[in-house]
Amino acid sequence: MSGTLAEKVWDAHVVRRAEGEPDLLYIDLHLIHEVTSPQAFDGLRLAGRTVRRPDLTLATEDHNVPTTPGPITDLVSKTQVDTLRRNCEEFGVRLFPMGDAEQGIVHVVGPQRGLTQPGMTIVCGDSHTSTHGAFGALAFGIGTSEVEHVMATQTLPLKPFRTMAINVEGELQPGVTAKDITLAVIAKIGTGGGQGYVLEYRGSAIRALSMEARMTVCNMSIEAGARAGMIAPDQTTFDYLEGRDHAPTGADWDAAVADWKTLRSDDDAVFDAEVDLDATTLTPFVTWGTNPGQGLPLSAAVPDPETMGDDNEKAAARHALEYMGLTAGTPLREIRVDTVFVGSCTNGRIEDLRAAAEVVKGHKVAEGVRMLVVPGSARVRLQAEEEGLDQVFTAAGAEWRLPGCSMCLGMNPDQLAPGERSASTSNRNFEGRQGKGGRTHLVSPLVAAATALRGTLSSPADLVDAAVGSAQGADASTTTASEGSY
Amino acid sequence: MDAFTTHTGIGVPLHRSNVDTDQIIPAVYLKRVTRTGFEDGLFAAWRRDETFILNNPSYAAGSVLVAGSDFGTGSSREHAVWALMNYGFRVVLSSRFADIFRGNSGKQGLLTAQLSQDDIELIWKYLENEPGASVTVDLVSRTVTAGDIVAPFEVDDYTRWRLLEGLDDISLTLRHEQDVTEFEGRRPSYKPSTTSA
Repeated sequence: MSGTLAEKVWDAHVVRRAEGEPDLLYIDLHLIHEVTSPQAFDGLRLAGRTVRRPDLTLATEDHNVPTTPGPITDLVSKTQVDTLRRNCEEFGVRLFPMGDAEQGIVHVVGPQRGLTQPGMTIVCGDSHTSTHGAFGALAFGIGTSEVEHVMATQTLPLKPFRTMAINVEGELQPGVTAKDITLAVIAKIGTGGGQGYVLEYRGSAIRALSMEARMTVCNMSIEAGARAGMIAPDQTTFDYLEGRDHAPTGADWDAAVADWKTLRSDDDAVFDAEVDLDATTLTPFVTWGTNPGQGLPLSAAVPDPETMGDDNEKAAARHALEYMGLTAGTPLREIRVDTVFVGSCTNGRIEDLRAAAEVVKGHKVAEGVRMLVVPGSARVRLQAEEEGLDQVFTAAGAEWRLPGCSMCLGMNPDQLAPGERSASTSNRNFEGRQGKGGRTHLVSPLVAAATALRGTLSSPADLVDAAVGSAQGADASTTTASEGSY
Repeated sequence: MDAFTTHTGIGVPLHRSNVDTDQIIPAVYLKRVTRTGFEDGLFAAWRRDETFILNNPSYAAGSVLVAGSDFGTGSSREHAVWALMNYGFRVVLSSRFADIFRGNSGKQGLLTAQLSQDDIELIWKYLENEPGASVTVDLVSRTVTAGDIVAPFEVDDYTRWRLLEGLDDISLTLRHEQDVTEFEGRRPSYKPSTTSA
């Protein structure tokens, strides 16, 4: 029987199926962090239960950790981290604590150790678990009650998702990245468009992406309302995995690859919905509002709420502009920021840091702008330092930090002050997400870096434009062909 | 989990769509290690605005939240459900809910009833004209009653059954532990272990 990638992975994990009940699905990997686990461990303790499979469970400290040296000074944050440590010890769960060479953001740690593999089911009490779908895993975020359920049973009762194909065909133009693809997808289908679906990203533009770029795309599936995003594994996936700490070896590797090669949607598989995106017309994308669907090409202007769909949409846009302190008609390129954040589970991997470093190399961060560069993990930080990227950033006047979730959600001291405005490589521009009253524009690492140098929302092409007035810069600043369609 | 059959309480019209879980409870309020006390973070940013609906004494004791579409998007934080329940809400009405939020609600006994947007608008109008009016949500008949308005709502059969019975998922699953063990015996040997490397 033919099926989609998501259906194949789902079917391979059904422990029990009964009429009128959700399927009981086996979970191959359960990732844990300090914020969404304490009440789950507590529930186990109260019921006298254990963690059924500590060997399929891994914990890391990420959301609360400071990114400057020294202990946690916020006592409540410290309690949460200390609680995780006590719980992991009591229940026999492996933990990568602050300062450990393997510590980092949970969605950076799994893939880099080779724990994230094709065809697995992966869950975590964190909505950006969709990141792991880049490997052809079915990976999704869960709530704390479900965390407790997985701890106790290594399974979850779930109703099948519907499937949506996101076909991205064609070659991306220089300076256009995975982040721009995902922001364009969300702007197109809306923050609720993926509701109830697993998205499968397909097409030549997706196949051409590196594993890290694929992770960026899958990471933000949740911002379109989808529980998970997936990409069929291919040689790029296998090459990335081979030799990593937890990757199979020898005969196991051969058996695994043979299985993984079957993990693709059959040619005659039927998706419940399909969306097409032309990669060749994409340009750098930025958000102007307070949800990730409120985005436009950088070359556009702040939209007029009165021209939008229904009354609710108009009201939401008016409210967003008021919160963001923006006026309709202002070119996005003229929006001045005071903070640039490069990091997060969306864009905190080595390729992201390399891309940003390439742009800032030999330049200075603009007057009045602070730029934070926060590696996604201790390994990413070490790798970047081996390549001298830290020197590039600090020479430009940026701050080189320790790994963690940091300003993506500001649970640690890295926050925007009220009224401050950021260009951020993270995933959510919700009101107050990066700090009470803070204003967030979501961007790619390239746009973040160029923005840091110019002080206004910019792409690297603008730097060329400013320096030598080249035709290339002028071209990039006047792309209009695809704007209307988003 | 307490069983849920029917609930009557003050309706609160929250005239906003796309209420994400960062709005329901900002991240700085997530640091407790208990399941209680989160009511202080509920809609924390909006509650600083004195015109916000929950700051109106007529609605302050509300227990049925009537929200715009796409309620509960974003972060998976179950704290959003705890914050609503700790405050006193038992039901949220919306024309569309985010998946994770809806799942979390079902686990905790917060009923997420999905109505048509037209019915939501009617109930908004009624509650704004009659501040402090009650809304009755009947899970047995799947209807919402507000004044003269009687509107059907959707909730999936399985969640409805669990809520009506007050059953918790883990106990239900553990009835099938043998199936889990058998499945584990069939897993490929190449699947990774977190403790092996």
